[in-house]
Amino acid sequence: MSETRTIKIEILRYRPEIDSSPVLQSYRVPCPQEWVVLDALDYIKNNIDSSLSYRWSCHMAVCGSCGVMVNGEPMLACKTFLREMGDTVRVEPLLNFPIERDLVVVIDDFLENLKSLKPYIIRKTEKPVEEGTHLQTHAQLKRFKQYTLCINCLLCYAACPQYALNTNFIGPSALALAHRYNLDSRDEGYAMRQEIVASPEGVWECSFVGACSEVCPKHVDPASAVQQMKITSTKDYFLRFLGGKR
Amino acid sequence: MARSHKPIIWGPFAAGGTLAALIMPVLIFVTGVAVPLGILPPESLSYHRAVAFAGTWLGKLILFVFVSLPAWHAAHRARITVHDLGVRLDNIVALVVYGLAATLTITAVVALLRI
Ligand code: SF4
Ligand code: FES
Repeated sequence: MSETRTIKIEILRYRPEIDSSPVLQSYRVPCPQEWVVLDALDYIKNNIDSSLSYRWSCHMAVCGSCGVMVNGEPMLACKTFLREMGDTVRVEPLLNFPIERDLVVVIDDFLENLKSLKPYIIRKTEKPVEEGTHLQTHAQLKRFKQYTLCINCLLCYAACPQYALNTNFIGPSALALAHRYNLDSRDEGYAMRQEIVASPEGVWECSFVGACSEVCPKHVDPASAVQQMKITSTKDYFLRFLGGKR
Repeated sequence: MARSHKPIIWGPFAAGGTLAALIMPVLIFVTGVAVPLGILPPESLSYHRAVAFAGTWLGKLILFVFVSLPAWHAAHRARITVHDLGVRLDNIVALVVYGLAATLTITAVVALLRI
């Protein structure tokens, strides 16, 4: 059996009660073939330093809670294999968010924005339960399916240069989720969401760099959602201008 | 929240970008490569043919669209790039770049109408 290689993990730590600003701390960890960054974090927490804080839950790229910067790139800690990395791996909290503690960031802004976009099916009048469910064809589902795959990991926010410049920007995944409901044949909430989507802080802050879609671990392609919403918002704008309605 | 007025600029920007991406390469090939290298006969871009083309209303419209829309595209792209580079004088930048695009648009209209 070949010997397990060991690597150095540098973690940006911030413990508000002792650190005046974030500091890098290094740990030496084993690195078996099948380990991902999250395994190394678990190893450190269980064996070296139990004070290390980080978020995770599913360990299988489903819950979206383990987003971190790995060597400067936003990644899911549970999906990033160490065997593909060099002998030193730097792990930092997601860029563009305030640090709460160690690798845990404050995402309250995002949650507020998401809530304001009403990411659920809205009906003008609810259909009584006795009348059954809302049916949908495969073609109707296909229109928005890709945008349902988002796991709210926020890697796209860490990658977005416009969000870095202006954190009031609603941002890629919240907008992609608004688009997901706008495209849903059962939904009637377009006009309500448009109040936010078409505001200066909505789609218009995006300059189509496309970094969000590149880093997205679920291939949601939020950039495409935002560009499609720019087109509908533009049509909307001129129709409103001409007195038409949408 | 108030609606943004960005669509006024974004409409021509997106249309100009589509033209620039899809049709401009063909135009560059025809005018910059094929005719100078003799792949197409030189008289296909002769002065008389060009004037005759610009003399029809359809020709004027096509030339106008191809001059003005990419200009708005370039202007808006330049504004965003300057913003990305960290310059925070957005109003002045917008005035300059959209001013240039507007000048080019008006020049195109005047020039085409005089043919
Ligand atoms: S769009 Fe992709 S990168 Fe952004 S939060 Fe959703 S899954 Fe993560
Ligand atoms: S732990 Fe759930 S996505 Fe990584």
